[in-house]
Amino acid sequence: MTAEMVLQIVLTVAAGLIGVGLFGALSQQTIVMVMMGLELVLNGVLLAGGAAWYFLAPELPDAQMLVVVALVVMAVEMAMGFAVTVAFYRARQLDMIDMASDLRG
Amino acid sequence: MLSDLSGWAITAVAVLGVLSVAAGVAVFVVDSMARATFALLASFLAVAGILLALDLVYLAVVTALMMTIEMAIMAVFMIMFMMNPAGLMPMTMVHNAKGSAGTGAGAFVVLVVGIWTIDWPTRDTSRPADSTRQLGEAIMGSHMLVMLVIGVGLFATILAGTVLATARGRYDRFGAGLTAQRPDDPVPGGLPR
Repeated sequence: MTAEMVLQIVLTVAAGLIGVGLFGALSQQTIVMVMMGLELVLNGVLLAGGAAWYFLAPELPDAQMLVVVALVVMAVEMAMGFAVTVAFYRARQLDMIDMASDLRG
Repeated sequence: MLSDLSGWAITAVAVLGVLSVAAGVAVFVVDSMARATFALLASFLAVAGILLALDLVYLAVVTALMMTIEMAIMAVFMIMFMMNPAGLMPMTMVHNAKGSAGTGAGAFVVLVVGIWTIDWPTRDTSRPADSTRQLGEAIMGSHMLVMLVIGVGLFATILAGTVLATARGRYDRFGAGLTAQRPDDPVPGGLPR
């Protein structure tokens, strides 16, 4: 199997994760489930970054740095998402994003 | 150019790839919130396995460890905040399911068309002996600015998370101007100023 084909297969898996995550983030009503959708999108980014390093530019560390940044974004998203969830629940006793539609920007 | 991945590695990548997407779908299909969390963990662990097969040992281990702990915390929050944590009473909590599915499928199709039509460049340089050493040297050298920004971002996250999650701060206790002599606590006896 050629390297290009393996790269394309791995990137297709990453695209699948991004698609499923996007569906979840857009369709779920609970704040925590929306966060799980976003995590799946970032999971796809992790995979695509790793594949880009291995198959396209292993002599450069840039793709590895992209994976590190994606991991940090995941941690930040989790921490801020839970903080916002706690603040929401404390202020309004709500756990669904439809109940906070007045915050639409 | 033929892939320098062994047959076993390619098989592992294929199996783990299918597993990661299947677990990702399961997150939004199962009723139990605990199961959804652990399905997401399975998806992360499958991606960590693929990274391991791609020679990114450090990033694979970090992904596996970080996501295991993150999902353990997430399971607690899921059970705290979901109205149906055990999934004993099947219910769907979705809005605009068709539009969301269309957007997700559309994004997937656009990405796949791009992936399979791009003429990907072939690699003609050698792989580093140790990918972890390459990353470490980049973090402490040419890419230090990235890590500095990450550090500031994480610090800001700590502050913002604490501020958002704090129930009663000093302004609640001592007034907007912090001028009250005694703290206004629901239960007296709290720490003074």
